[in-house]
Amino acid sequence: MTWFWGHLGDVLDLAVQHIYLAGVPLILGLLIALPLGWLARRYRGLYPLLIMGTGLLYTIPSLALFILLPLLLGTHVLDPTNVVIAMTIYTVALLVRTVADGLGSVPDDVNQSATAMGYKRGRRFISIELPLAVPVISAGLRVAAVSNVSIVSVAALIGVAQLGSLFTDGFNRNFLEPIIVGVIACVLLALLFDVAILGVTRLATPWQRAGKAAS
Amino acid sequence: MINRILAWLTDGAHWQGDDGILRRLAEHLGYSLTALLIAALIAIPLGLYIGHTGRGRFLVVNLVGAARAIPSLGLLFLAVLWLGPKFSGDIAFLAPAGLVLVVLAIPPILSGAYAGVEGVEPDARDAAKGMGMRGPQVLRHVEIPCALPLIMSGIRSATLQVIATATIAAVVGLGGLGRFLIDGLAVRDTPQTASGAVLVAVLALIVDLLLALVQRSIVSRGLTGRYRTV
Repeated sequence: MTWFWGHLGDVLDLAVQHIYLAGVPLILGLLIALPLGWLARRYRGLYPLLIMGTGLLYTIPSLALFILLPLLLGTHVLDPTNVVIAMTIYTVALLVRTVADGLGSVPDDVNQSATAMGYKRGRRFISIELPLAVPVISAGLRVAAVSNVSIVSVAALIGVAQLGSLFTDGFNRNFLEPIIVGVIACVLLALLFDVAILGVTRLATPWQRAGKAAS
Repeated sequence: MINRILAWLTDGAHWQGDDGILRRLAEHLGYSLTALLIAALIAIPLGLYIGHTGRGRFLVVNLVGAARAIPSLGLLFLAVLWLGPKFSGDIAFLAPAGLVLVVLAIPPILSGAYAGVEGVEPDARDAAKGMGMRGPQVLRHVEIPCALPLIMSGIRSATLQVIATATIAAVVGLGGLGRFLIDGLAVRDTPQTASGAVLVAVLALIVDLLLALVQRSIVSRGLTGRYRTV
């Protein structure tokens, strides 16, 4: 444990970098997946196309994507932006289906009632469908968050600093402690993301507890 | 850059020999298939059993969630540093890396098999019992066929995971297509690195496509809605 206490500051810096590289793509990915998921629901013909297209993106192994993106984008290999974009692609790939299915989980009666009350399509989406789809979307977001935290660590192989750097560092020096610290820190981060998403979901779905409070 | 990648890929010399593309491709497929086979032999019976009996549900749900959070790169390095010294020769990195591939492939397959059986319509199960089927018969003739789509999707995500991790495992000395990426990065040979990345991405795409075709052919048309009465 001596190594850990001596390098606490470094580990925290790497953890902050890790949160940035895994967290920003989560938000960007959700923002991109929302309209795509809506399109997949609105135009049924697009559903298989969008699901398959994003599914194909998900099959690309992370190390390959980290290496190919800078060549396609013209960015520098060590630029963390590559990792953010790669993780955003994975997040979108996971979330488009979730968003489409989440919107599909909204009961038809509810949509019809909203329409009857005079909600136009856009407003109905924002204030009726989206809030009711939150539980399903949030479940998908939790999966994406945990897998992002794990995949980001691979970026250590191309030299982008985050908790995965502890793995390569420990391996190169034949020293277990940084690796163990890195694995534990990654799992804790995944847990942190999970708790954060659960918390936001709870705040966004007061109606889910309305019945329980009354009884 | 695209021209340089094409030039690298179309150079016949890069395809032949002990460190050629064909040999690396065979290694990559060999590791992945072996790991997936072992994982499937463990995870499918276990998942079916848990889904059928409902025993140990809690274990599966938590195991699968926790396994997803463990970074594969860290697990790989830990296994090689920890277990490597216990073996000699090539086995020193082959065995730990192979073990990690198997360990990573088990959770998705297990959760697919479990969730597939668990999610079978209770009506279908009741009907089978009403027809006089016993537990194992219900499992074989009703639950497994109905669970096939989820079993297959578990196998597909495990396959992608294994192909990706086998690529990374080149860093601990494993062969396979990952060698081109890792060696190319080490000597800053961009055409080789990028070509390796293209090869790995294409491999993953083709394997997933093949599994999708397998899924299409073995899943009953009564389930996929592609069944026509006329």
